[in-house]
Amino acid sequence: MSAVPTIPPDVSRVVRKTALNAVHRQMGAKMVEFNGWDMPVEYPAAIGCGIVNEHLAVRTGVGIFDVSHMGDIRLAGPGALDAVQHISMNDASRLAIGQAQYSALLYPEGTFVDDVIVHRLGVDDYLLVINAGTREKDFNWVYSNVRENMRPFDCLVQNLSDDYTQIAIQGPKAADLMEKLNGNFIDVPANKLSAPFQKLRIDADYKSLKFYWVTQGRTMAMRGSDRLYDSGTLIGRTGYTAEDGFEIYISSDEAISAHVWFGLLEAGKEFGAVPCGLGARNTLRLEGKLPLYGHEISDTINVWEAGLDRWCKMEKPEFIGRDALEKARAAGLKRTLVGLEMIDRGIARDGYKVLDAGGLEIGYVTSGSPAPFLKKNIALAYVPPSHSGIGTTVLVEIRGQGVKAQVVPTPFYKRPRKT
Amino acid sequence: MSYPTDRKYTKEHEWISADGRIGITAHAQDSLGDIVFVELPKVGAELTSGKTFGTVESVKAVSDLYAPASGAVTEVNGELATSPEKVNKDAHAAWMIKIALKDPSELNGLLSAADYEKFVSEEAGH
Repeated sequence: MSAVPTIPPDVSRVVRKTALNAVHRQMGAKMVEFNGWDMPVEYPAAIGCGIVNEHLAVRTGVGIFDVSHMGDIRLAGPGALDAVQHISMNDASRLAIGQAQYSALLYPEGTFVDDVIVHRLGVDDYLLVINAGTREKDFNWVYSNVRENMRPFDCLVQNLSDDYTQIAIQGPKAADLMEKLNGNFIDVPANKLSAPFQKLRIDADYKSLKFYWVTQGRTMAMRGSDRLYDSGTLIGRTGYTAEDGFEIYISSDEAISAHVWFGLLEAGKEFGAVPCGLGARNTLRLEGKLPLYGHEISDTINVWEAGLDRWCKMEKPEFIGRDALEKARAAGLKRTLVGLEMIDRGIARDGYKVLDAGGLEIGYVTSGSPAPFLKKNIALAYVPPSHSGIGTTVLVEIRGQGVKAQVVPTPFYKRPRKT
Repeated sequence: MSYPTDRKYTKEHEWISADGRIGITAHAQDSLGDIVFVELPKVGAELTSGKTFGTVESVKAVSDLYAPASGAVTEVNGELATSPEKVNKDAHAAWMIKIALKDPSELNGLLSAADYEKFVSEEAGH
């Protein structure tokens, strides 16, 4: 008898770090594990930060976020458009080169693999920006549906997640900040983490870059008069804060990542720029009703329930999940996502039960928090359509007590349009 | 962070003074971040040492408050209902409730300022 030795599964979990990890620690950020990543949740009050201040900076000035934990999947080749159309619910054929769209990858059941931003970078070249917690799952899912078919799509599927440091520059002053780095070098204070770089500029045509468009910019860094770094940089006018802003994709080299981070903060000083962590990122996206995977969307929630109809193009003849969504639409909604505002004192938190006025359990809170800019306690929750009308009174169960809340219009916050 | 020596501390990060005032430590407020809500018992409520008596909430977290000692609540700092951020500004001044100590010797079992500081630094080392 020959025993086949079984190799125990590797149970060691490595917490991953972005190229800016040492920078966050040097700045004194409070670090937490988020989806397997060691990330800053907030920066210290001593430098004008903390979730509330960071949140307000993004609503009134500008905030800088390390979002390198997000993943990136590139589909390129003659069959790239057909592949993107097959795996995502929005209509990528409408994208001009340089345009981006919010979309989602769906299971055949019409529920969510993840939500994504699809960027069209070239004729047959698409970049999907995906969530941190679902990086591997998403890549495997995309790869198997694009390449491991009976008839594979004629395109390559690349996981570029580790190649980029992704930094978000968000807020009404984001464009002013980037413009300051456009066309001329600024001096960046010396720091051992960004050595040997001393000067930075990031060129791009920011002025004509519209919301949800991407462009190719150029990042340059100097030591004295030596141009040590000069590289193309993808710049999207996108974000997750319900404000104007940019997301830039630079090399994941630690020194250049740190140099760009410090350079953005330096250039942003006059606009009130502060570093922002995941805490503010969450409250900002909640005020704007932007969904978070595992909360408003998941593998058990479908597109109609999540209220993302606008980005789901049923006129497309085929995409994964379409048939199930057709049936779900015919069957009618059993629950729907609503915005709640607490009437009585209390803060609804993720997972809390929602009760009807009589105390019967009818749903649950997906995300809840004090809203630092609106200065209200708000939440998103799944409830039956019968209780989804604006003005409906419900109760949120907080530590055993039913606390009164009301269904309100969403998004809770909408940025003022520039005239 | 420095901890006043005129009071005692718990491993749950509360402080209690000899006159029965109770609050949370500077370390606790720093870990919580921006405090937005403090839920406290009413005057007359009986606290039992080691049991929860209220809740403090920051933007991102909910934390229980544990009684450092037993006794009946004689005063509640009403200011914190409208200005909970006072706890962030000066946690050692922003008392939450005052109790009539049932057994003042209970305080002997709590941490001194130096012991608490040591406890916090050891906790951070993990």
